[in-house]
Parts: sequence; C-alpha cells; structure tokens
Amino acid sequence: MPSEKKKRRPVLVQVETPNLIPERDLGTIPVLQAEHLGIDFGGLTAVDDFNIAMGRTEISGLIGPNGAGKTTIFNLLTNVYKPTRGTVLIDGYDTAGKSVAEVNRMGIARTFQNIRLFTKMTVEENVLVGFGNTMRSHLLSDMLRLPSHWKQEAEYRERALELLDIFDMRKYSDTLAGNLPYGAQRRLEILRALATGPKVLLLDEPAAGMNPAETEELMENIQKIRDEFQIAILLIEHDMSLVMGVCEVVGVLDYGKIIAKGTPEQIQNDPRVIEAYLGKQEVK
Amino acid sequence: MEEELMAEKRPIISTGGRGPAPAGRRRSLPMAARYAINALLVLLVLVVGELMIDGGAVTRYQTSVLQQVGVYIIMAVSLNVATGYLGQLPLGHAGFMSVGAYGCAIFIMRLTETLGMTGRDVVAGGPLVGLVVFAGVVFGGVCAAIAGVIIGIPALRLKGDYLAIITLAFAEIIRVVMLNIDDVLGFELTRGAAGLTGIPSYSNFLNVFLAVAVVCFLVHTMMKSRHGRAILAIRDNEIAAEATGVNTTYYKTLAFVVSAFFAGVAGGLYAGCVGVLQPANFGFMQSIEILVMVVLGGMGSMLGSVLSATVLTILPEALRAFSDYRMIAYAIVLILVMIFRPQGLLGSYDFSLSRVIERVMNRDFPWNRSKGTAEGKEAADA
Repeated sequence: MPSEKKKRRPVLVQVETPNLIPERDLGTIPVLQAEHLGIDFGGLTAVDDFNIAMGRTEISGLIGPNGAGKTTIFNLLTNVYKPTRGTVLIDGYDTAGKSVAEVNRMGIARTFQNIRLFTKMTVEENVLVGFGNTMRSHLLSDMLRLPSHWKQEAEYRERALELLDIFDMRKYSDTLAGNLPYGAQRRLEILRALATGPKVLLLDEPAAGMNPAETEELMENIQKIRDEFQIAILLIEHDMSLVMGVCEVVGVLDYGKIIAKGTPEQIQNDPRVIEAYLGKQEVK
Repeated sequence: MEEELMAEKRPIISTGGRGPAPAGRRRSLPMAARYAINALLVLLVLVVGELMIDGGAVTRYQTSVLQQVGVYIIMAVSLNVATGYLGQLPLGHAGFMSVGAYGCAIFIMRLTETLGMTGRDVVAGGPLVGLVVFAGVVFGGVCAAIAGVIIGIPALRLKGDYLAIITLAFAEIIRVVMLNIDDVLGFELTRGAAGLTGIPSYSNFLNVFLAVAVVCFLVHTMMKSRHGRAILAIRDNEIAAEATGVNTTYYKTLAFVVSAFFAGVAGGLYAGCVGVLQPANFGFMQSIEILVMVVLGGMGSMLGSVLSATVLTILPEALRAFSDYRMIAYAIVLILVMIFRPQGLLGSYDFSLSRVIERVMNRDFPWNRSKGTAEGKEAADA
C-alpha cells in the first residue's frame, strides 16, 4: 500500500481560518488540516463547518460540553465516520476514501475515551501490534523462523521496551494489558499509538479518571512526547487545568460548531465560551 | 574446577532481559535450545510410536484410530486459528476438509496411475511415494485454501451469528457440489453419492504424525509473529486494531485461509486413512463435532485443541458398545463444561515446556514464590 501513496502529491489548501499555528511551525505544510468538515446523522447535524490547521509540533485542545461532538470530530479525522462534507488532509494528503488503517499509516494515531487495549495480550505485544506496519517480515519467513524473523523480532522487542521506558512501564512488559492498573492502561494506549509512528496524536480524554497528581504527570508527559517525537498533539479534555496548562491553542465546540478559538487566555475570557458552559445571563 | 565449568556454561544460559520485573536477573533458555528440546521430544514420540507399531504392541485397528486422532487434531488446531485466535465462529470447517480430501485423493490417484504405481506400491512406501503423498496433501491444502479465499472474502464482512450461518451455508454448497458435479458437468471426479473408492491407503502413522507436528509448529510460529499479533489484536478489539494500523480485512482473510489450508491438509490425510470418500461424511454434524473439540479444549489454546480432539476421537471408539448413548453423553459433557467452565477446559492457557524448564532453572516453584508475590504487590500498588 505505501507504493500508491508515493505517487500522490500533497494538496495545498489555503488556510481560511484565522491562523493560530505557532511561529516555529510556520513555513511548512500544516500536518493536520480539516476544511469545512461536517457530518449528518439522518437529519441531525452532529458536526458542521469544522476547520483546523495544526503545526507540526503544536499541542491543541478541543473542549466543549457533553455531546458537543468532540469525539465525533476524532472519528471524522480518522475516517471511522465518512464525512458528509469537507476534507481532511494529513501532511497535505487527502484522506478521502481511505480505510481507518490506511489513515493511521498516513500519520494519525489516536487513543480512545473508553480504553480499548488488546486486553488478552501482554503490554509488550500491545506495543508490537503498533509496530506491525513498520515490520517487514514475510509471513513464510515468520512461519519457518528464518534468521530474518529473529533479527527483526529482537530489534522490535528492544524498540518496544525503549518505548515503554518513556512512561517507566518496562516492568510491566510481560503483564497482560487487561490486568494493568487504570492509569497504566491509559499510558499504554498512548504508547501503542506512538508505536505506529504518527505525525499527529489524537488523545480522547487522556486524564479521565485520574487524580490531580496523575493529571500533573500526564501534562509533563504530553509535553515530553511532543518534544521527543516532534509530533503534533490534539486532545479532547474536560479537565481545564490540563487543557489550559498544556495547550497552545484551544477550540471550543458547542452543538457541533466551533464557537471560539484562540490561546487559553483568550478562551478563558471569551463570553461565548462562558455562555456555552454556564448558560446565558438573563436580561433584567 | 567446578567454578570454571560454571563460568563456561554461563553463555548457554543467557541472562537476557526478557524476564519480568528485575530485568536481567532471571535466567532463560536460548531460543535454539527451546526448539531443540521440542524437536527432540517430537522425535522421541515418533520413534516410540513407530517401534510399538512395528513390534505389534499396537494393533492395526488401534493404528487406524491413531491416524484419525491425528487428522482431527489438525482439524481442531486449524479451526482454532479462526475461532480461538481470530475470534470468529465459522461453522463450515468440514467443507474445507472435504475440498482437501477430494483434491488430495483425486490428485494422488491420478498421479499414481500415470506413474504406474499400484495400491500396494503406495502402501510399501519409499521416497517417491513420500513425495507423491506430500504433493497430494499440499495440493489438497491449496484447494481448500482457494475455497477459503472465495468463501472468506464475502463471509468475513459479517460478524458473529451471521458469519456462522453464511459459512454453514457455504459448507452445504460444497457438499452438494461434490455430490452432483459429476452428473451435471459430466466429469469423472467425485463419483457423487456412490463415493470415491479405491483411494490407496497412503496415510500411515509416520506421515500423519509428522503432519500434526508440522501444522502445530507452523500455527504456533505464525501466532508468535507480527501476523499472529495482528490476528489476536482483531480478536481483542477490532476497532482499536484498525486504529493501530492493522489491515483488518487482510488479516481476517489470512487467518481464515490458513485455517482452511490446514483443514485441507487434514482432509487429504483423512482420505488416505478411510479409503472411501462420500460427500455425506462432510455434513453439518462433522463441522459441529470439530467446533465442539475446539470449544471444549478452550478457544485459543493449542494444547486444549490437541487434547480434546484426542479424547473426543478415541472416546466414541472406546465406547462402541454404547454407541446408542454416545450423542447423549456428548451433549451432557458439553452442557456441563459450558456451565462450569465456559472458556473451555484449558481456557486460553497454552503449555510451554521451555517455560517449565525455565521455572525449574530459576527455582520459581509455587512453594517458594515469596519474591514473586512481592513483585505482584508492587504492580498492584502502582
């Protein structure tokens, strides 16, 4: 499949939305770009006119009340749902018509709000599944245990352990993923996503169910991942301390529409955001 | 002196950091040693078996039952790839078995005819016969694999009960095709309901046993590779597998086709065992019986499939006198297992001799597991 990717050229779409890309990322193609993205479920417009342009090393947040359509946007960006309108470009390549797995290979990886690990496989194997697409061994060489199999397997097991070291999880490498403590499961999901070698990482409520200390640690980790892997991170989160602490750009979603966009400071003082969260003030 | 020996021995027992918790401290067997031990064990069983058969300790009848056991072990292990590892529920495994059986039998019959061999030559054995049988069995497997591709691509778009029903239907189609293809198209292939007779009895303990060993090895090595991991990932969580870049359509089809291929191999050996093939042998009940073996042994456990295939093939033979009550006993056993152990007798546990040896090497016995529990606690606390 990679061969067909080579032939296609990146499409450059003019960024229409106010440009919020951090200065350091200017001058390159946005790594993730969505233009006028929307989806209808029957008569219901779940997401409408969603635009984003992310710099290569940007950390952005997506917030909004429950049911605003945040996870739907993740599903649209990863082609789990086929958009009714609009386009998604990953590093300049259109994702239209691609399968979820192909979109992942184009450079977008995600975690899930309700953790989805391969529970009956070990922690190491979970990460190795993520490496699956970069491994090149042929089925027959694996089945017959040719030397190439051993070489590759050893190399990637080492890489998996190195990846586990990021979150200090090497000690769990032989544990079944389903038996991990909750926080470790969330971290493993991030590592598995990183193993696929993404350019953009989508985190769906990474701090859900974490206590303040763990959230603090997660914040540091998110920045660490960005710095170490030089990737863009887009996260959905309800924990405002995390969003305001780590994101450079925040978008606020309400009823499927972006109602405000800007730096955390701008968002905190935006009357529309306060209205969406707390309701409108009665006119006396 | 002794210390020197120990120092020399060290490299053999590698202290690779693959063990849990205190990395590097746990001693493990090198891969080559693991494979050597298992190969030796297989060879040992083979030699003992051959000697017993040659020496007359095992009767002809018992040998033929043993061959059937081997055939059903391959059937159960191959179905386990689709049910236990991929997590789907195909109900048409006997269909692939019949494709393999007819393919292999016809191939070998035609080939021996052209080579001018008689049935007696085939039984006598020899390198040429070995080659012919090998080619025939692989041919049967390939035929079944092709059927697997044709059936798998549409069927695997469906899930759960729908997949069960469509595979069931396909197996019936195969059976009816086998029954009528000669009449309708004027071939001289399967000979319809009258049955294909005169198949040389090319199966013997040696080649069935080797086939079982090779199939188990290949299924094991496939599952312990990136391909196997992708298949297991689909079973555990298809949505996550897809988001992690696993091409689910490809790997589902792959598992299904591998499963069909080995079922075809088993079918080929089966044809050489029984000597007569009738489409009626490969009906719905046959598929169910193989599924029962897998479910009973534990989905996802190779040892479970092997053991339950052995028991469920020998049991009816041993209980010939009570054959009227066989199905009742079957049903009762199944109900009991499903109530008290729904994951099957062995669950997804798989036996590994090397793991046991490593435990002994590390003195990691249940009765002095104090260190182990400390680690466990640490993990639970974190």
